[in-house]
Amino acid sequence: MIEALQSLLAYDFMRNALYASLLVGIVCGLVGTLVVLNRIVFLGGGIAHAAYGGIGLAYYFGQDPLLGAILFSILSALGMGVVHLRTKTRSDTLIGVMWSIGMAVGIIFVSLTPGFKADLMSYLFGSLLAVSAGDLRVMALVALLVGAFVAIFFRSLQAISYDETFSTVRNVPVSALYLLMLVMIGLTVVAAMRVVGLIMVIAMLTIPPAVAGLFLKDMKGMMLLSIGLSWLFSALGLLVSFTLNLQAGSVIILVAALSYLAAAGIKKLTTRPMA
Amino acid sequence: MAGQAVIELENVWAGYESDRVLEAVNFRMDAGDYVGLIGPNGGGKTTLIKVILGLIKPERGSVRVMGVSPEKGRQFIGYVPQILQTDKDFPIRVWDVVSMGRLKPSLLRNLFLKDEDKLIVERSLRQMDILDLAKKPINELSGGQRQRVTIARALAAEPKILLLDEPTASVDSRSSSQMYDLLAELNQTISILLISHDLTAISTYVKTIGCINRRLIYHGQKEITSEMLSIAYECPVDLVAHGLPHRVLPHHHEEDSYD
Repeated sequence: MIEALQSLLAYDFMRNALYASLLVGIVCGLVGTLVVLNRIVFLGGGIAHAAYGGIGLAYYFGQDPLLGAILFSILSALGMGVVHLRTKTRSDTLIGVMWSIGMAVGIIFVSLTPGFKADLMSYLFGSLLAVSAGDLRVMALVALLVGAFVAIFFRSLQAISYDETFSTVRNVPVSALYLLMLVMIGLTVVAAMRVVGLIMVIAMLTIPPAVAGLFLKDMKGMMLLSIGLSWLFSALGLLVSFTLNLQAGSVIILVAALSYLAAAGIKKLTTRPMA
Repeated sequence: MAGQAVIELENVWAGYESDRVLEAVNFRMDAGDYVGLIGPNGGGKTTLIKVILGLIKPERGSVRVMGVSPEKGRQFIGYVPQILQTDKDFPIRVWDVVSMGRLKPSLLRNLFLKDEDKLIVERSLRQMDILDLAKKPINELSGGQRQRVTIARALAAEPKILLLDEPTASVDSRSSSQMYDLLAELNQTISILLISHDLTAISTYVKTIGCINRRLIYHGQKEITSEMLSIAYECPVDLVAHGLPHRVLPHHHEEDSYD
């Protein structure tokens, strides 16, 4: 596999694709673990899809779609976060509504914009082989921000993820940290959008931590293994997609999903039922 | 050490729009007390705990914890939730759970566990006799061990009050009687409020007992009065089963109980 990768790396676009996978792997491993442990997968999906609204608006007004996506994903993260903190049990309905509004706004403004817009599909489904140097810079910035956020606030993040009520009783600023975490999910969505697309971001966030969670018993280990698994899935997926001439993002997701099934199977076979 | 109120509720009404859970609750607990409150499920036990912890605001009435608002006073409370409230498969180790007791009210003060905090965490683990489990992930523990971890976490906060919610739920009777022995020891320095539906367990160990079912009856006595019976008539089911409808057996060992 290493040799095959080396020969591919002779191409500029392949190098960029690999760098992008590495950066997005870091971000998704860290943030994905938080998403899975906090059971906010649906919220994560909502943020990802709502971001499309920003892309549509930016297109219509002739701005950079990336900018629109950042703005919309952060705003929807905050909006959904406030809804989630206020309503708790019924928040999924409202999040579902915001999810759809974002998509609807995006689609309407895209259709209102005259001219050729084939590359809009790339935001939905990813276009790993078309990652530019500018995209890489954005991803690197996001990786830096998310990495710093998780490293600095690790203890508090672990605490609110495990037991929000106890953290509140200790007067940890739970809501502020929670919203900050959702903003990080928003940024992650933007970074991963180029690799697997908005529609499949949620798989990149959930599958590596789900595999890691089968084998590891602490949050730090789960994050590190998730990063490693993301890298592995991306590299494998990239290789397969190039060899078979298939869309890279989708192949990466399928590689990840199959690995999850295999890992779950292995786990089931190797764990004896408790006496 | 008695005399100073650690928890005070005056005419507290709380609940939800259509469903009032607490009515005209008056309650006072002093330093050194060991109070057991029993009540049926749905009788307002959880709401009472949330009101004391400042997690919900009462519609009416005042709540004081260590003489201040619950939001400020709760820093002095070692809260021991039901172990069923947390995800038992969450990937976290005993040490990390217990060190949550050292969390401070600011993100920037929680970056690292300071050496003095580590000593306190270690002491709490030793107090609950689970220092050897420090490195274990919580999903490898028994119910009794997890209960000890939860109490150790509360102790790590160096509390003036220990507030326990159904501490014997999903704990076998041997480890629950051990846990009550430990609580009796802790009560020499910490005031304890224990809330449960399990009367037999509570009545054996606490100093004073009260009843909660929408209203709260508490006179700072060990006996269950007929007044409690009439207002919280669901409470004494266990009592009646023991053939002593108006009084709790003074000495009563775990081995004799039904669970």
